[in-house]
Amino acid sequence: MATPSARRKPESRVLPQLAKARTGIAGFDEITKGGVPQGRPTIICGGPGCGKTMFAVEFLVRGATEFGEPGVLMTFEETAAEMNKNVNSLGFDLDDLAARKKLVMDYVRIEPAEIQETGTYDLEGLFIRLQYAVDKIGAKRVVLDTLEAVFSGFSNQGLLRAEIRRLFRWLKDRGLTTIVTAERGHGTLTRYGLEEYVSDCVIFLDHRVNEQVSTRRMRVIKYRGSSHGADEYPFLIDEQGFSVLPSTSMGLDHAVSSQRISSGVRELDEMLEGKGYYRGSSILVSGTAGSGKSSLGAHLAEQTCKEGKRCLHIAFEESPAQTIRNMRSIGINLAPYVKKGLLRLEAWRPTQSGLEMHLLRIHKLVESYEPNVVIVDPVTNLMAGNTNEVHAMLMRLLDFLKTKQITAFFTALTQGGQALERTEVQISSLIDTWLLVRDIELNGERNRALYVLKSRGMANSNQVREFVMTKNGIRLLPVYVGGGTVLTGSARLSQEAREKAEEALRLHKMKEKSKALEAKRKALEAKIAAMRVEFAEEEERLAQGLKREEQRERILARDLAAMTSLRGGKGASKDQGA
Amino acid sequence: MKKRPGKIDGQFIELKLYVAGQTPKSLAALANLKKICNEHLEGKYKLHVIDLVKSPQLAQGDQILAIPTLVRNLPVPIRKIIGDLSDVERVMVGLNLVDIGV
Repeated sequence: MATPSARRKPESRVLPQLAKARTGIAGFDEITKGGVPQGRPTIICGGPGCGKTMFAVEFLVRGATEFGEPGVLMTFEETAAEMNKNVNSLGFDLDDLAARKKLVMDYVRIEPAEIQETGTYDLEGLFIRLQYAVDKIGAKRVVLDTLEAVFSGFSNQGLLRAEIRRLFRWLKDRGLTTIVTAERGHGTLTRYGLEEYVSDCVIFLDHRVNEQVSTRRMRVIKYRGSSHGADEYPFLIDEQGFSVLPSTSMGLDHAVSSQRISSGVRELDEMLEGKGYYRGSSILVSGTAGSGKSSLGAHLAEQTCKEGKRCLHIAFEESPAQTIRNMRSIGINLAPYVKKGLLRLEAWRPTQSGLEMHLLRIHKLVESYEPNVVIVDPVTNLMAGNTNEVHAMLMRLLDFLKTKQITAFFTALTQGGQALERTEVQISSLIDTWLLVRDIELNGERNRALYVLKSRGMANSNQVREFVMTKNGIRLLPVYVGGGTVLTGSARLSQEAREKAEEALRLHKMKEKSKALEAKRKALEAKIAAMRVEFAEEEERLAQGLKREEQRERILARDLAAMTSLRGGKGASKDQGA
Repeated sequence: MKKRPGKIDGQFIELKLYVAGQTPKSLAALANLKKICNEHLEGKYKLHVIDLVKSPQLAQGDQILAIPTLVRNLPVPIRKIIGDLSDVERVMVGLNLVDIGV
């Protein structure tokens, strides 16, 4: 009956997934997409002091307290009391868990000096103890902390290997989710090659020191039957336990907002389509020292708080008190917002810890405070280390903030003499809105100019604006741009005055010119009139002359006729008669 | 303490044999041990056989891992011999009986 339904299953495309047991360890369950394989053994290996035991213990404690799965902690190197003391610092109380029947601790002491071997034996005692502990509380999880210690206690290696193989089989058969810790060997993952028995999941922990800063890293070497993040993930052990940084999220699929938030500077908003930044975007302001980057950040902080939202401000250079004092000088009073709980100013030294620690600290602050805006000032202070690491870290931080729809505002200090755009190459590609503040030295003045280098998803202004810090905050004035130069400050003022004078002069000249033209026109017109009059007179005279000629002609003809008739009139009469 | 207790510094030997059920190894160990005791420790020892299948809670106390394990609690220091006890010489050495001239 069950078979046909099982056969139909693939059609619905729901394939059975490998069952996983959540560890409850921050970040680890994300990397492994659910935790360690349920009911199977997992090996945690690494060098001394890399945190294997901490990982294992937290797995048990979280299982017992958060997932209702009691556990057995079998230690081979530390007594129960020692173990309890060690993990107390992480806030775990094993004695309490044991009293509440959620945990059984069994310390297996192996003393090679007091053991003599004669003939064949097996490790049934270990199985019996384990079974007894599991039965006592109905355990679902087991930790064997450095099982390999048995190799130092017994000489018959072949027998031990057979027994360990049997042990893993035994654990699997009982469906116990097990973590086995193992010391790293030379050129091998574990000193005694335990990984060959545990084929399901192998996790490698590493603790290395790079330029005096220690970083812990984790890698899932193998996870049979499941996909997993294959990178090295930094992790930390602090007073809240073990936490793996949930690194770059595997996809770029975070939700985006088209909501806009004001930058707190009216003119800057104008440059960004008049609306400001996108909510949940990342903003980078880069510039040289003293160019006003922090002030832009303070404006954003003030604006956020004004709207009743929360802002987390992390400074690596100034103490909170100093930030408040300095921002007051440009008319931004942050103190009331701090009191109201809308603004949280945090400051610590960048050299205080490794990159991962910074990242984790920010993570934790964000998780607990849940801000709408996070300001990191300046992010470049973290860049002392390996730039690749910094890049990876910032990417993780940005990813993290983006998935939470938190607006990230970073400032970056550019070093003098370097191209402004070059220094941030490592992070610029991760940034949505990039503002550049540059110094312009001219005529004995140092002025600032701001422009929007890029701003994804908006038609940002291409203008360079003069960046002026006044008692009432930052103002962005239009600058004089012409002749290939950008003028600011008094140079801009004098240039503007000069332009005004030139304009007046030009207007004056134009007026004069048009006057002259008018005069010329008038003179010409007068001339034309005079000529017309002259012409009229001439015409009159000529017409009269013509009339007189015609009269004379007529009189002459009459006289001639009279004269002809007087002479006989023949010719004339002939003519007349004809 | 019965006839000549003084032979091992006047002390009694207390032995515990841990086994897990009636496995061939356990049975062999028990047989071998009985033979050794009868030959060398007649009347000077006390033997408990503990079956961990029946009482698993006892495994922790003596830190038993391997089965079978023979534990000599007295005289101190504690000695443990694991295996089927087939090598008599080694058992004697292991129980520290050779030095004291048994």
